[in-house]
Amino acid sequence: MKQFIVCDPNKCVGCQICELACAVEKTGHLDIARTRIFNIRVDPSLVMSVTCRLCESPTCVASCPREALSQDPETGIIHIDEEACVGCGWCVEACEFGVIIQDAEKTTVEICDLCVGRSIPACVEYCPKEALSVSTPVQIGQQTRKEVLGELLQELIKA
Amino acid sequence: MYSYTGRVLHVELSRRESHVEVLDPDFVQEYLGGAGLATRLLVDNAEPGCDPLGEGNAVAIAVGALAGTMVPCSGKHAVAAKSPLTGFIGDSLSSSYWSHTLRRAGYDAMVIKGKAAEPTYLFVDNEHALFRSADALWGKESFATEEAIRAEIGDGRVRVACIGVAGEKQVSYACVGNDRGRQAGRTGVGAVWGSKNLKAIAVRGTKPVAVADLEGLNKLSLDLAKGAQGLPTAKYRITGTAGNVLTLNRLGLLPTRNFRNSVFEGAEEISGEFMQANFKEKTVACSGCPIACEQVTRVREGLYEGARASIDYETLYALGPCCGIGDFKPIIKAADLCDRYGLDTMSTGVTIAWAMECYERGILTASDTDGLELNFGNHEASIALIERIALREGIGDLLAKGSKRASEQIGQGSETFAMHVKGLELPGYEPRGLKTYALGLAVGTRGACHNRSLAYEPDMKGQVDRLTVEKGRGSIAMECEDLAATLDCLMFCKFIRGCFNDFHEEAVEFYRLATGLDLTTEDLKQVGERVCNLKKYFNIREGWTKEADWLPARLLEDPLPDGGDQGTTLTPEELRLMIDDYYAARGWTEDGLIPAEKLAELGLEDLTQKARQ
Repeated sequence: MKQFIVCDPNKCVGCQICELACAVEKTGHLDIARTRIFNIRVDPSLVMSVTCRLCESPTCVASCPREALSQDPETGIIHIDEEACVGCGWCVEACEFGVIIQDAEKTTVEICDLCVGRSIPACVEYCPKEALSVSTPVQIGQQTRKEVLGELLQELIKA
Repeated sequence: MYSYTGRVLHVELSRRESHVEVLDPDFVQEYLGGAGLATRLLVDNAEPGCDPLGEGNAVAIAVGALAGTMVPCSGKHAVAAKSPLTGFIGDSLSSSYWSHTLRRAGYDAMVIKGKAAEPTYLFVDNEHALFRSADALWGKESFATEEAIRAEIGDGRVRVACIGVAGEKQVSYACVGNDRGRQAGRTGVGAVWGSKNLKAIAVRGTKPVAVADLEGLNKLSLDLAKGAQGLPTAKYRITGTAGNVLTLNRLGLLPTRNFRNSVFEGAEEISGEFMQANFKEKTVACSGCPIACEQVTRVREGLYEGARASIDYETLYALGPCCGIGDFKPIIKAADLCDRYGLDTMSTGVTIAWAMECYERGILTASDTDGLELNFGNHEASIALIERIALREGIGDLLAKGSKRASEQIGQGSETFAMHVKGLELPGYEPRGLKTYALGLAVGTRGACHNRSLAYEPDMKGQVDRLTVEKGRGSIAMECEDLAATLDCLMFCKFIRGCFNDFHEEAVEFYRLATGLDLTTEDLKQVGERVCNLKKYFNIREGWTKEADWLPARLLEDPLPDGGDQGTTLTPEELRLMIDDYYAARGWTEDGLIPAEKLAELGLEDLTQKARQ
């Protein structure tokens, strides 16, 4: 079952540590400009991190004129063929979450690969608030239902 | 030398010139960064005896030694200038994205001199320093200024430090804000920016930061971040520092109505707990902070509907009980206004409290206040005053000078209840019941500041009897001050200090892994001492005399008004004894001057030579 990185906006405090953890993992340097997860503050009270959602029928893959992008049928992870990619940026534009990066010094694009080969993605490991997790859509649904019922229960107790 | 870039960006606004100075690693290690480096750069670049709001003053900004790395709570910067509020050292700290970004742009520090002919903002775009017109920004509030600059440059990664309208108008306690709501709050550094026609410094820093041992540093950082989720940070994480309200009120140490009372009858409804239940919207963190103490609050109904601000204890105390205000909604509104105008919430609140006492005593009347009824507790009047202070309209022009100069101007005994030291208004702890802290406030180089002193800790933790005085408090206050200075140079947020088992041991390890430089724990302690002496040296150079180290008359004349320790006095003799003891502990003369040998011992002998020239 496909898994991806999920951020709970109630737990996320906007510390940006996930960005640095990602950059270190992927580049070997404290090079935050190369992060593949993005911590965003839309508003002082709305903060969360977002990265590749491993979409079904991903628009990034469809948009690539050179077929440099492909999706692993098992894991859903987007693979980039660095030989084929010419850095045209169509996929950057096509991604509905804005999580594909094109580094100024590289001609190819980069995207979250869930730190494949690592026991746990770096961003998840370093998140100090346990706001990030690797989840499946089934798990996300279960968690949400649990929380909603928990809130209902609290209201019943109060009433 | 890693982590550091070894580069200082010098900017001359009058000539619109900039250049980069390369720092010697030995020099860097003397000050580490942050408040130490900024103070040293100020000493070297401000004209001795300068008018704080004249062209001869300089602004020195330095990030901490570990900014740009993953070390928890290390993303901070110091802004130093000769203070228009005190005439002495003004060193003010802030944090978050802007701090990290300056390091990523390739700088450890900046020095700004001269005065721009027109409203200007600087755009530090990695290696380029660009002078840009701030005509369209002049008159804009802080948050809007940040957004307007980002929009103009067209890159969301650009981080902005700026002044609001209060800074433009050179209100003596205007602050420099960054990242929507972080402030280099105290001592009026924002007025210095305003006097230089400097509206903002925008930074785009996209370079990697190199460290000596990345793997080792990150492992230690992860451990500290996990450790920062425990008991030592519980208050900060759960209620923020607003949790102090009920604790201090219970102890009878919550300054109320301009320090006329020390218990506030309305404390429950302005407590951190009440805030959590009724006004909190979200807890957020500075960039790089695993604790997250910032409590974003919002007013959802009534007169102040829509007001939003992050509320910490000092803001709460100054705009709340100190002004006799026991309703959270106007406090949030007042903090929101201060943030947007770019005013220090603490000096604003305590100066308004002084005005309220003047009004109740008939020293100020309705004809002075444009009809505002400045009774304690009148929040509508308090909010109207904030706007007048920021714009320097009517009575606001007087109050914009701060409680010291305003009270000197109108006299009539109002000086005795102007609650400041050296011009800087007091924080929210009652000094009559915290005597080591009282000493710390009196001798503080930037004036009354709990964060530079930290001497409330031995009092609050019961390491000493907080209600009595004896010899020995001098060295305790000194050690607290040196530790605070060390934290401010490495730049660890003080809220993480409880998460170390042995701060000095662990700090040198972080420092070594990041910079590759070996520093002993003794070296580290000496940096704190050196920087405290350097700040004092600056003050002496700018005209400090012994009389400046003292407390407001109210604290020495009236006994502690309320609470369990009601009636406790802090006498001038007790204060004198502690100050003399402190000077002796520091190795200073009886008049509080630094002997040449002491400067030499701290490696500051070049200052003695400078003074002779």
